[in-house]
Amino acid sequence: MMLYSLLALAYAFLYLPIVVMIVFSFNASNLVTVWGGFSTKWYGELLHDQKVLDAAWLSLKVAMTSATLSTVLGTLAAVALVRFHRFTGRTLFTGMVTAPLVMPEVITGLALLLLFVAMEHAFGWPAGRSMTTIVIAHTTFSLSFVTVVVRSRLAQMDASLEEAAMDLGARPLRVFMTITLPLIMPALLAGWLLAFTLSIDDVVISAFVSGPGATPLPIVIFSKVRLGVNPEINALATIVVALVGIAMAIAGRVALGREQSRRV
Amino acid sequence: MSGRLGRFLVGLPAYAWLVAFFLIPFLIILKISLSEPAAGIPPYLPLWSHDEVENLRFHLAFGNYLSLFGDELYAFAYFNSIRIAGIATLGCLLIGYPAAYAIARSPAAWRQSLLLLVALPFWTSFLIRVYAWIGILKPEGLLNALLLWLGVISEPLQILQTDLAVIIGMTYSYLPFMVLPLYATLEKMDLSLLEAAADLGCRPFRAFLAVTLPLSMPGIVAGSLLVFIPAVGEYVIPDLLGGPDTLMIGKVLWAEFFDNRDWPVASAVAVAMLVLLVAPIMIIQNARAKAEGRKR
Repeated sequence: MMLYSLLALAYAFLYLPIVVMIVFSFNASNLVTVWGGFSTKWYGELLHDQKVLDAAWLSLKVAMTSATLSTVLGTLAAVALVRFHRFTGRTLFTGMVTAPLVMPEVITGLALLLLFVAMEHAFGWPAGRSMTTIVIAHTTFSLSFVTVVVRSRLAQMDASLEEAAMDLGARPLRVFMTITLPLIMPALLAGWLLAFTLSIDDVVISAFVSGPGATPLPIVIFSKVRLGVNPEINALATIVVALVGIAMAIAGRVALGREQSRRV
Repeated sequence: MSGRLGRFLVGLPAYAWLVAFFLIPFLIILKISLSEPAAGIPPYLPLWSHDEVENLRFHLAFGNYLSLFGDELYAFAYFNSIRIAGIATLGCLLIGYPAAYAIARSPAAWRQSLLLLVALPFWTSFLIRVYAWIGILKPEGLLNALLLWLGVISEPLQILQTDLAVIIGMTYSYLPFMVLPLYATLEKMDLSLLEAAADLGCRPFRAFLAVTLPLSMPGIVAGSLLVFIPAVGEYVIPDLLGGPDTLMIGKVLWAEFFDNRDWPVASAVAVAMLVLLVAPIMIIQNARAKAEGRKR
């Protein structure tokens, strides 16, 4: 029984701060910790804050693009690592795929910015910091996470299905498209979702590679938060939490439906 | 099929991407950390040049590294990062171990949902979860209001802008990374071992120390590394929750780069951080992987 109360305490620790923030997003008072009655005025103000809206739109575009790119690249990397046991530079490749997982973000951010500056100096591209540089940076660190997810799924997969298709004369590309890809699809979706979340939430790396013309949402939030607690940010945070909740519910439903249809 | 060519084409895109945007950037950091700082854009001097008679000349400046070792500020920031990250890792272990244990021993039908509840906060914004603690910890915040109301304290405690706030924020943010690997090892454990211990007259607590704890060691190590490594280099949490004297290595790198515009020193800090932190961990991990491989 004591064990379960410890578990309940851990959940309280995880969720109370979020609940407090949601409650205070409906606070009429300017003072963030004094309750001044129920109000939705901060949500109204948020919808008229053009800077926040622009930043949110940019973040969404960056997250979609980098998640898609890193899913394609990460899946190819996972296939190469699981299916091809020997190729030139495999050790280097494995190292480069796993290193970003443990790399402190400040180092990755600094490294990429220095690269962009050196490239601009040498070939005149990319010109300044823009959406392109943010997408490249996010794709680079998300790629590793996608590779880990897809790689474990591929390793568990029954290889005899692929072998059977090959024995029946299917060419490798066809085998991949008709057998392998459908089987690893859940891992691809999970990897895409993970990459999307990592991108839309990233502060540190974006701070290095974004510029005045392209400011993603977390950077806008970060600069507001540095000035102190702000009820508008509470409202924004509540919207983010609600969106994540809905997305997770849908993903859970899809997974459950898939599981059930498989059993039938 | 056109075997070799096919394989080459599958591996190439990710390989090329990582060489271009991961490997080369690190070589550039290494190069700039050895360059002299200069006023201008980019704010450093080239590492080599050709003089009038076309002799290649190198201008290696080890001064950036010397200033790292010479200045107490950097050594202090480094050890302070390790101390704060270490305490936060311990905090995650103290809260996460009982939680993972309880989930692993709960009815099988509940486990997935209980686990999902642990992972769910990770999917909401990290920045927003750190921000939520400002409202709780500040002098006129909810924690102080509660403690004052209970009569535990007579005046507000200064928690925000101290190392304690940073430790709380890190423990909170990284808790899921501790619980998930712990759960994975605890769930796989063979419970008949505990029954055997009980049959032989071992008390539950002793059985826990002698059987469960050693068997869950891989989970403890994995979880601790997953928390400790990112925590050492953390920037957002010490910046938002810590005070001006909460020095951490990630904050120092940030300040050298953005505030002092000293790219060579910032690069040297990055290289030192990699050599002192990431390299030993990778060597340990490699040795462990090899040892496990041999066992099999």
